[in-house]
Amino acid sequence: MLKIENLTKTFDPGTVNEKRVIDQLNLQISQGDFITVIGGNGAGKSTMLNLICGVYPADGGKIILAGSEIQDMPEHKRAKDLGRVFQDPLMGTAANMQLDENLALAFRRGKRRGLNWGILEEEREIYQKRLARLGLGLENRLSDKIGLLSGGQRQAVTLLMATLNTPKLLLLDEHTAALDPNTAEIVLDLTDQIIVEQNLTALMVTHNMQAAIDHGNRLIMMDEGKIIYDVRGAEKRNLKVEDLLRLFQELSAGGGPSDTMLG
Amino acid sequence: MQFLLAVEGAVAQGLLWAILALGSYITFRLLNFTDMTVDGSFTTGACVTAICIANGIPPIIALLISFVAGGLAGGITGFLHNKLEIPEVLAGILTQISLYSINLRILGRANQQLLQYDTIFKQVQRLFASIGLELSSDRIAIVIGLFFVILVILVLYWFFGTEIGSMIRATGNNEAMVRALGQNTEHTKFIALIIANSCIAIAGSLVGMYQGAADVGMGAGAIVIGLASIVIGEVILRRVVAFGSKMIAVVVGSVIYRIIVALVLQLGLSTNDLKLITALIVALALFLPNAVSKHNAKKARELAAKESQNA
Repeated sequence: MLKIENLTKTFDPGTVNEKRVIDQLNLQISQGDFITVIGGNGAGKSTMLNLICGVYPADGGKIILAGSEIQDMPEHKRAKDLGRVFQDPLMGTAANMQLDENLALAFRRGKRRGLNWGILEEEREIYQKRLARLGLGLENRLSDKIGLLSGGQRQAVTLLMATLNTPKLLLLDEHTAALDPNTAEIVLDLTDQIIVEQNLTALMVTHNMQAAIDHGNRLIMMDEGKIIYDVRGAEKRNLKVEDLLRLFQELSAGGGPSDTMLG
Repeated sequence: MQFLLAVEGAVAQGLLWAILALGSYITFRLLNFTDMTVDGSFTTGACVTAICIANGIPPIIALLISFVAGGLAGGITGFLHNKLEIPEVLAGILTQISLYSINLRILGRANQQLLQYDTIFKQVQRLFASIGLELSSDRIAIVIGLFFVILVILVLYWFFGTEIGSMIRATGNNEAMVRALGQNTEHTKFIALIIANSCIAIAGSLVGMYQGAADVGMGAGAIVIGLASIVIGEVILRRVVAFGSKMIAVVVGSVIYRIIVALVLQLGLSTNDLKLITALIVALALFLPNAVSKHNAKKARELAAKESQNA
């Protein structure tokens, strides 16, 4: 499904701030994988996601999505196959536009936009049905401006927007980190539900190690731009947070304090 | 009586300049792009129309050519910003300053009189006269101004409801999201700049015909006038949210701005003071809503403090 080969990215090259954030990274994701990604601050988790999306170009290496190389494509072209949810709930939606308008923008991801009316009457029914399944009562608020919704509601809407047009790969960048624990739990459950229903392939970056163990079928740990641990199936399910902390100490380059993982 | 006549003139001016304000509204508010092209593209609209009319081209065709010329000006700002990665304000300023030279080239001199030529205003005046309605030139300007304002609002209302128009509005909200949803934000900015400056050039063309002359200096400060109209409209019609009503608020703002100017001139200030007065109006209109909300917040705090004392 997705294959990353020798991916490299250095920020601020040639300056005192030079930092190799992604270092000869290799990763192979199969169809239907739901991978959780953990690692300390600066391990390169978000950078890896941003490189897949094309927010900035990689310095070297290949990104192969469903058989075609995408590393040189501009961000908006790659978006055809990628659904994204950002850490900041404000990032995924247009605050001054209505809920249904936002969904209509997402409904057309990967399609050419022309002079047809931006939202059709029959679409609203689809949106209502999909919103009802979130269980947040949003199905009656189609014409509310997104800015009126809470952070958790906005994040749930962003998740719906990212998957309205089934993406080949869903990228979740700490999408529950800015939410209170209860809301985070709700959004995580919705994430599971949507991924299962649509049989999606997904990468989810998280700082919550328990969530990383509980969700998905595979877990990878990153450090200094590399993957240092990769586990799946029963072995993953039987992991405990302490195991992960111990593994991090053993495997990370610095052998650094494990609490950076919790950061 | 004299003041009533002045108000009539002010309404006429306000409606013609409202088209410029609507253009500025697209960039400043919908796209969230500080477009400084305005002063240049407005003058380009007037100059192109003047030179076309002086060379025997029918006024309505001249207006259409101005429309295209304004779009080109906006396109250049878009190119400078998108492709040469020049910051938005500077990109607009560069286009604006180069348009000064280009406008001189278009006219071949600093100004062009239109008094001896036919314009849309004179044509419509004759049309009304032929059915027995003798209207003053200000009233003709109100009719024509209203016609174009309504036309522009209808077209913009339609366009910003389309798929691509929605994407332009979304770009003004959240560029990262727009790219994540598969839309090139360079395109949305480029299109919005073209449409905005096309509108602004229409305003220039009409104002030039109304005044009976085009002058390379006539656009100086046009951007501030557009901004004044937007801000006054927002202050007066604070509660409107729908896109159509917001555009109408801009038009109302433009007319009110002209009435304020007429009032000030009646008070004895000279036209030389106008730019200063405009700047003061904008500063006031921007300051007032903040001052009011701060005052209200203070009141609320005092009230809360009292309540907690009583409790």
